[in-house]
Amino acid sequence: MAGNSKTIKVEYLARVEGEGALFIRYDDTEVHEVKLKIFEPPRFFEAFLRGRDYTEAPDITARICGICPVAYQMSALHAMENALDLVVTPELRTLRRLLYCGEWIESHMLHVSMLHAPDFLGYPNAVAMAKDHPEVVRQALEIKKAGNALVRMLGGREVHPINVRVGGFYRAPKSEQMDGLRDQLSTARDLAGQICRWAAKLPFPDNTQEIEYVSLVNPDEYPMNEGRIRSSRGLDISVEDYEKHFREEQVPHSTALHSVLVERGAYLVGPLARFNLNYPRLSPLVRQIADELNFKPPCNNPFKSIVVRCLEVLYAFDEALRIIDNYQPPAQPYLATEPQRASGCAATEAPRGLLYHRYEIDQRGKITHAKIVAPTSQNQKTIEHDLRQMLPKFMHLPESQLQGLCERAIRNYDPCISCSTHFLQLHLQHDQRGCS
Amino acid sequence: MVPDTQLIAADVHKPKLAVWKFTSCDGCQLSLLDCEDELLLLAKEVEIAYFLEASSKVEEGPYDISLVEGSITTPNDVLRIQEVRRQSRFLVCIGACATAGGIQSLRNFADVSEFTSVVYAEPEYIETLKDSTPISAHVPVDFELQGCPINKLQLLEVISAFLNQRAPQVAAHSVCIECKLKGNVCVWVAHGTLCMGPVTHAGCGALCPSYNRGCYACYGPKENPNSESLCHWWAEKLGADKATIIENLRNYNALAKHFKVKSKEWDQGRKGKT
Repeated sequence: MAGNSKTIKVEYLARVEGEGALFIRYDDTEVHEVKLKIFEPPRFFEAFLRGRDYTEAPDITARICGICPVAYQMSALHAMENALDLVVTPELRTLRRLLYCGEWIESHMLHVSMLHAPDFLGYPNAVAMAKDHPEVVRQALEIKKAGNALVRMLGGREVHPINVRVGGFYRAPKSEQMDGLRDQLSTARDLAGQICRWAAKLPFPDNTQEIEYVSLVNPDEYPMNEGRIRSSRGLDISVEDYEKHFREEQVPHSTALHSVLVERGAYLVGPLARFNLNYPRLSPLVRQIADELNFKPPCNNPFKSIVVRCLEVLYAFDEALRIIDNYQPPAQPYLATEPQRASGCAATEAPRGLLYHRYEIDQRGKITHAKIVAPTSQNQKTIEHDLRQMLPKFMHLPESQLQGLCERAIRNYDPCISCSTHFLQLHLQHDQRGCS
Repeated sequence: MVPDTQLIAADVHKPKLAVWKFTSCDGCQLSLLDCEDELLLLAKEVEIAYFLEASSKVEEGPYDISLVEGSITTPNDVLRIQEVRRQSRFLVCIGACATAGGIQSLRNFADVSEFTSVVYAEPEYIETLKDSTPISAHVPVDFELQGCPINKLQLLEVISAFLNQRAPQVAAHSVCIECKLKGNVCVWVAHGTLCMGPVTHAGCGALCPSYNRGCYACYGPKENPNSESLCHWWAEKLGADKATIIENLRNYNALAKHFKVKSKEWDQGRKGKT
């Protein structure tokens, strides 16, 4: 019974990450069934946000993900400010960009060094890899540490930072705090350049995919906190129109909802999408290294996402240092807000891709409706699609190698279930005869 | 609290460390990976035998020390935690989810079937328990490290205590003490900011007051908190309404005993000085 999954339009998404499994049914000629099963228990964030104060949304939604809490905080803040018609000052906007740089660095380097790189070199983990490649692992940890230091300086701590609020920050950093990070970030930027060169030389399986890429696009800068939503196949909409073009569906095999582009289906968000749609807006240093590596958009091989992550880490250091060099403490760390009956939405670029929030609040500022669409739910269909496309090319491999390759293909996407999907339970069922 | 020294001494191999995830955001496990300076050193002292966030290599149990993150929210979780307990000599709960139900325990004060129908078009596919519960509601635990997220240095202290066969040194006093040690100006006294510091367990280093905001109790209750007095002060001196008081008691550690009892009393209107 292939293709028996049904699709239903739904209004809300539950937060899911952590636990996943993969089921593939195939025969000698054909892939019959690919199911990325996310069985992480639902946590009901959209449900229990109702009734909570609008000022709590950044702190509460940060708890959706310990690996990218800043992304949830940024999206929630912008959505609330969109609802309240509040535009923060350029200085505060820049500080938020700096915080996001820190998260991109530490989250990307966690994935690159601890989850992804061991795949290419045949190790079960970074500790085992460190025995043979001590320098690379040491450098990666140094880079990650610098990202953590940046998030800690601005946000108070690495996991679930406490310093952001609707309207700005609780406290703006002093110039000395910024200056104190410059040397560490500068050294780490050099290391990031080396890691880019190292990553580009990894052995990549041949796996070119035809995918529609979706990312925020800004005219003047690589996207983080805002922009229009564009795709590689011509979509160009404002964030306010997101729900007209993207729809969530529930499938029986996953507690995470599947997101689709209306009438077009699967699409991809994340580093590959950002890189392919925003290459000219990377900094000169990043483009120079990309040139040197002959690594140009479009990059259509998800296995090469590790190189893009490294380039984005380099960009984040470059951008962070630019911001720090120009930093003047803002006159006030936040703009005051007053609740009113309103609704608002926002999308930002989490390390794993586009993250959409929409809230409705009442006149007392209590949340009456919340919708959150995470990058992983948007990429689930594409991950399954990728496996379907890839498998026939590698069916000659022994089953154990094929299984390993499928697990690797999923890790390419760094799904927010990465923590456990690094170690998916994989069930391969080989049919003796083809069946429909 | 002190690990069984005979069991450890009998081991010729390095102690086996396992890290388990239940319903959670992964942030507390991540705190271990955030130990950039200590991670490789730690790997020399213990065998990382089971840690799905970091390794695809899985060693068979039993394990000398198990770190458990997350709360129990599915029928399968109930069975799995019992197996983890059977396989573990020393079981440490890490974080607000494992020690106090986590933010997802807000469902315990509502109707979970309604929650499910809000989120899913076809709730029948979703298997979830009515309540989110801490690990200690299901199996005996040897140590609980509070925090949302935990403090990675406190985690290293707990592991180090285990390796050195002594009790972990984790201060049980309030965030107020940490504020005083840092020389912070009291945000409550100076600015009238609602702050959970007086009843909240130390560990964060008085982070929020240091950033000019009130503590929101992500480390859960301290030992013997006087929440009743605190709530009345909020009501009388800061003009906090009932909903605000309940919200502050019910967040990341809503099932911690003191917060749970106090929030129910306020919710049911049985508040009052005793």
